[in-house]
Amino acid sequence: MNLRASTIFATYTAVGLLLLAVIVIDSSSRSATDRQQLEERRALVKSLSLTDLVLFTDARYTRHPSMADRHTPFQDYPLSLEHFPSGSLIPPPPHVRYYGKH
Amino acid sequence: MANIEKQRAILDFTLAALMRRKGKNAALLVVYTLVVAALASVMFLTKSIRSEAAAVLADAPELVVQRMMAGRHELIPVSYIEKIASIRGVKSVRGRLWGYYYDPVFGANYTLLVPQESPPEEGMVAVGQGVARSALAEVDNIMPFRTSQGALFTLTVGRVLPAGTELVSSDLILLSAGDFKTLFGIPDGMATDLVAEVSNLSEIPTIAAKIARLLPDTRPIARDEILRTYDAIFNWRSGILLAILSGALLAFFIFAWDKATGLSAEERREIGILKAIGWDVGDVLMMKLWEGAALSLTAFLTGVILAWLHVFAGGAALFVPVLKGWSVLYPSFHLTPSIDMMQLAVLFFLTVIPYTVATIVPCWRAATAAPDSVMRG
Repeated sequence: MNLRASTIFATYTAVGLLLLAVIVIDSSSRSATDRQQLEERRALVKSLSLTDLVLFTDARYTRHPSMADRHTPFQDYPLSLEHFPSGSLIPPPPHVRYYGKH
Repeated sequence: MANIEKQRAILDFTLAALMRRKGKNAALLVVYTLVVAALASVMFLTKSIRSEAAAVLADAPELVVQRMMAGRHELIPVSYIEKIASIRGVKSVRGRLWGYYYDPVFGANYTLLVPQESPPEEGMVAVGQGVARSALAEVDNIMPFRTSQGALFTLTVGRVLPAGTELVSSDLILLSAGDFKTLFGIPDGMATDLVAEVSNLSEIPTIAAKIARLLPDTRPIARDEILRTYDAIFNWRSGILLAILSGALLAFFIFAWDKATGLSAEERREIGILKAIGWDVGDVLMMKLWEGAALSLTAFLTGVILAWLHVFAGGAALFVPVLKGWSVLYPSFHLTPSIDMMQLAVLFFLTVIPYTVATIVPCWRAATAAPDSVMRG
């Protein structure tokens, strides 16, 4: 049987839309394993009083961006240029940018 | 019903026309799909990290108090605890001992921290998965350190923290207060910073202001500020990634614009013939609309699904070299998907709509002209 091109296109689009719907629905509810891991992470954050995610470990102001002070982008002296790649990926936290303005 | 059959016939004709220029259209489809996949991967990855941070850091300390000296974070005297605890509304205050250690053998940076509740025994440590991987450390192995005086100091790995907590514990080494002080030579009566619990969360800004007034050399950081840090992380201004992506996007727009707006002589002749054999302007425009929609919809659906597989099944493997930077120790990303309709709608309107519209305009110009003049060029 020779399938019409429009039938193949419509089937591909329908399957794609279905997969998209599955992706959205799947991400709206966490699985039991995900929930358990989230609880583990939250418990660790609470018991160790952690403040940041481990996203980058090269510079201290990107390892703990929320704890960074106003001078860290300059590291050692006022004209010291940013030399860690992770420093160009994340912006300074809002409370550092607006420190003293409110 | 007749209209559906007519649309199917036009779609069949359009797809056959696309297949006649197989190479050119396949190249466009591949580039288009990759651009959508790259954009969607960035959106999925950043949204998932933001959602994860909001969920995990909801239990972060309510208030952290740092001491600043000469513009730098300094050790804070534990005598400040009493002063802060005297502020009305403060439930409890305690010191935290934590710091960084650079391991010259493996070239990795570790975060060393003394847990308040059930710290490891003297001489023992608990390490995160990233440390275990990078330092090849297993339970009962010995980890060598150099103290601030340069002496060799060994600690035994008592346990490895669970893999599920890697996003917050990958580079952690938990040790006792005594070992921490021996390693870094921190004098008694000092802490890295203080954490305070308050009775009423709505009073945090007032209490933070009181702390700053009472102890002017300190800087209080509220939990809200920690959460806002991660809400703003990887926003559209987040530097290098945007620079790379904007280059790719611009190149794609030029490519797509050229392909979509400039009708080739062959395509113009095709439109002229269609009009000459009785197609009206509406049918020709419908054909071009289907052409744009078929290409962009296929690229969109395939690109989004590829992005999902890349970020959530493949651990964002293509972005890891960029994200890693100079980090030697790096967590393995197993993020929980966090995708909403809004994200997909933004991506759809950024990619599908402009291309589809761009294909219509030149075609409308050709379709409204007399067939003989179009065929003659």
